[in-house]
Amino acid sequence: MILVLTFLAGAVGAVARFVADAELRRRLLPNGPWATVVINVSGSLVLGALAAWAHRSASGESALAILGTGFCGGYTTFSTASYETMRLIEQRRYTVAALSGAGGLVLAVAASLLGWAAVAAS
Amino acid sequence: MSTESARPPHLRATALALVLVGGFCGTAARDLLQKAFPHNATGVPWATFGINLAGAFALGVLLEGLARTGGDPGRRRRLRLLAGTGFCGAFTTYSSLATDTVQLWEVGHRTTAGIAYAAGTVLAGLVCTWLGLMVASRTARGGAR
Repeated sequence: MILVLTFLAGAVGAVARFVADAELRRRLLPNGPWATVVINVSGSLVLGALAAWAHRSASGESALAILGTGFCGGYTTFSTASYETMRLIEQRRYTVAALSGAGGLVLAVAASLLGWAAVAAS
Repeated sequence: MSTESARPPHLRATALALVLVGGFCGTAARDLLQKAFPHNATGVPWATFGINLAGAFALGVLLEGLARTGGDPGRRRRLRLLAGTGFCGAFTTYSSLATDTVQLWEVGHRTTAGIAYAAGTVLAGLVCTWLGLMVASRTARGGAR
């Protein structure tokens, strides 16, 4: 049951990413890889908090599977982030490529650490 | 004019359904692979590493392949939504990359391993994306001969 719910949550996460990406591009971040960065950073924040919860108590295990592996996993994406950075490298826009590739990673890890620390300290 | 075609693309039922189905399959493939090759919080998650690299390669092949194939733009778009946005998008994961790195630090106390895992994934991912683009462009050129 948890398995099916996890897959379904991943499907919903993918749709959430698709809609969020289009809306972010339409309203705030029309150009470049930044919509993907925002999606990956926000999903990492949530997963960091879920992982800390599951680490502390067994009751967090199912939530981690469904909301973490499922939703956050389907919502965030590595392949698109990598593709967008590669395209920037091809266009010789090295500064933006470095900002999105390295900066995106640092921000996502920082967000996850923040989510983890917030739950671990509570 | 139907209301369906008047909506922006990302709110059309067909597009959402394609991403939903692709996302379901991508998540299932990722979850089952992670369960087949489990890791604990103090170890490097090699399954996720492989998943992210394979997905980056596949998306490179797909997007470059679609860009180089002529024909029905509607069909190309549907394939991109199902296999790209849906499957590859959900198969690969950035939140696990970030959070597994945090766990290597916080639980495993392996600071260097965490940095190497995170940076290694991003750098190797770029190489895999590039390989995917190369494979698709060479195949398309070969097929056009």
